[in-house]
Amino acid sequence: MDTTIKNKGLLIDISKCVGCRECARACAEANGLPQEEADELSATHYTVVQSYFNDQTFVRRLCMHCEEPTCASVCLVGAIKKTETGAVVYDASKCIGCRYCMQACPFEVPRYEWGSLSPRIQKCKMCYERVAAGEQTACAAACPFGATIFGDRDDLIREARKRIDENPGTYINHIYGLTEAGGTSVLFISNIAFEKLGFPMNLPNHAMPLLSWRVLSQVPKYSVAAGVVLFGIHWITARRAEVAKFEAEEAQKKLESRRN
Amino acid sequence: MMPNLRTLKPTFWKTAAAVLIAIGTVAAVERFTMGLGATTHLSDQFPWGLWIGFDFIGVGLAAAGFTIAATVHIFNVERFEPIVRPSILTAYIGYMLVVLVLVVDLGRPQNFWHPLVMWNPHSVMFEITWCIILYTTVLTLEFAPVVLEKFHLHAPIKILRTISFPVVVAGVVLSTLHQSSFGSLYLIVPERMHPLWYSDIIPFLFFISCVAAGLSMVIFSSFLSARAFGRQIRMPLFTELSRVLVVVLALYFTVRVQDLMSRDALQYVFQPTYQSMLFIAEIVIGVVVPFFLLTFRRVRMSQRGLFYSSILVILGFVANRMNTAVTSMELWPQRTYFPSWQELSIVVGLSTAGFVAFYYVAKNFPVFSSGHKEEPVSTVDNAMMDELRLVSK
Repeated sequence: MDTTIKNKGLLIDISKCVGCRECARACAEANGLPQEEADELSATHYTVVQSYFNDQTFVRRLCMHCEEPTCASVCLVGAIKKTETGAVVYDASKCIGCRYCMQACPFEVPRYEWGSLSPRIQKCKMCYERVAAGEQTACAAACPFGATIFGDRDDLIREARKRIDENPGTYINHIYGLTEAGGTSVLFISNIAFEKLGFPMNLPNHAMPLLSWRVLSQVPKYSVAAGVVLFGIHWITARRAEVAKFEAEEAQKKLESRRN
Repeated sequence: MMPNLRTLKPTFWKTAAAVLIAIGTVAAVERFTMGLGATTHLSDQFPWGLWIGFDFIGVGLAAAGFTIAATVHIFNVERFEPIVRPSILTAYIGYMLVVLVLVVDLGRPQNFWHPLVMWNPHSVMFEITWCIILYTTVLTLEFAPVVLEKFHLHAPIKILRTISFPVVVAGVVLSTLHQSSFGSLYLIVPERMHPLWYSDIIPFLFFISCVAAGLSMVIFSSFLSARAFGRQIRMPLFTELSRVLVVVLALYFTVRVQDLMSRDALQYVFQPTYQSMLFIAEIVIGVVVPFFLLTFRRVRMSQRGLFYSSILVILGFVANRMNTAVTSMELWPQRTYFPSWQELSIVVGLSTAGFVAFYYVAKNFPVFSSGHKEEPVSTVDNAMMDELRLVSK
């Protein structure tokens, strides 16, 4: 594949979205999903457009494609991977169905095929195959207003910065996804405060997997140290028992010899 | 030999157990034929529910398996020898139940073996899975002599005896790791969890509480089986255990309160919310009341006092794990969860099967040691008994 296709992303400008839902239709078509409108992500809706303030503002929901994905770090069999294109993709053939990814995702994105007897996780895959082949994502290609644009993540950050700086008073001075949970490949800028639009605002600015790794990385050290301590304790207490036994025998002998 | 007709005689308890297991089986069949969506109240908003809580509880109550084994074989406190086997049996059954519930809970149980060959050491779940596999092996090795003795197979017992010490050490290390790892599962969801339960020392809290719960479970199951089999209870041993229990409960309470204070979360205890009420229930029932009761010598010396105190600790422990798994996640109105009848009956059916399994194994295998140690021994005699045992070695 083309080696220049690296670390792509999406920039979604909430101030430009008119809620036409072309992105959702294109997404459903590209992924072979049913064409039906929905308000919430589901196993058959990788992206939805949510309406706020009586159709004044529209917000797209989709997988944020974290730089260091929580879902990938918690998956015990490594069924979820961050790819070179920036997309976070899922391999159903590895999945055992523990749903830790759903439980752990800070953006609550992964959805489950609850009705299936062999359910899969479903979520946006940032059109991995299309992007790897040099195209842009279906949603970005379909957006008639440039509210979703596709590009290198670095370029998108510059573009977002430029729009915010060049239109003082229009945008909130915040690129959502620049640092949230350690940074995401999907970025948002908005003319309305993010907390009013249902974005989680309490996420740390570092990658979430660190929180587990801090403890997990200690496991080998702990195991060896604990093993040594336990063997040591046994060695001491067993010796004590031996001494006690010896002393008891000596006392017994003394007693007997005195009796004789 | 005549078949023992008494075992087949239906009594109230046997009938009740049979009914509960039957209902659980029906629910399990439904789960595997209709899928998780139709038979559980789990959802995209609430992907983990009662079954995950049950896993925490099953493994936590099994904690006596490693604490008692360590006491006897590592710290050489040999007077606790008589309760090693019942503790290991309790642990073994606990782990079996957890593995069975996991199979029910996993969406693609046909892939349960994947963690053996597909590794992601960054996942807490990966560590837990490996610890469960390894510790179940350890428990098998620790319990095998009981079965082998029954059939007079002395050669393998000898082999097991030579490797028994490293096995016990491995068991203790593995248990410490994954008892705490169940808490570590939640380290990665700080923004999703209620501050009364989320803590960066949650692995440590899980560990201390499982020690208390495990000790209580030994007391509880020993008392129940003493009644079932008409045996004498070795009160001095349990009185001594209960003293350890008091210390562990005190430590847990102290660490828990210090943790809340250091995170500035103590305020949530006093806000009248659904969460704070369940938090208070968990702490009062499972920690404060049993601690207070067990500080009285009279309670520690009385069978009934010990039995009820141990039940309180177990109830509080169950509440803590369910609160962690469910209550702490119910942060806003659209995200609530109450298990379906299938989820509940599978858990109830399996727990009943666990009690039945304990009863039959304890009845037919030399679990409660050999018959000649049956008479109750006072603590004073214990020192003498130890000496005698040492001399006779």
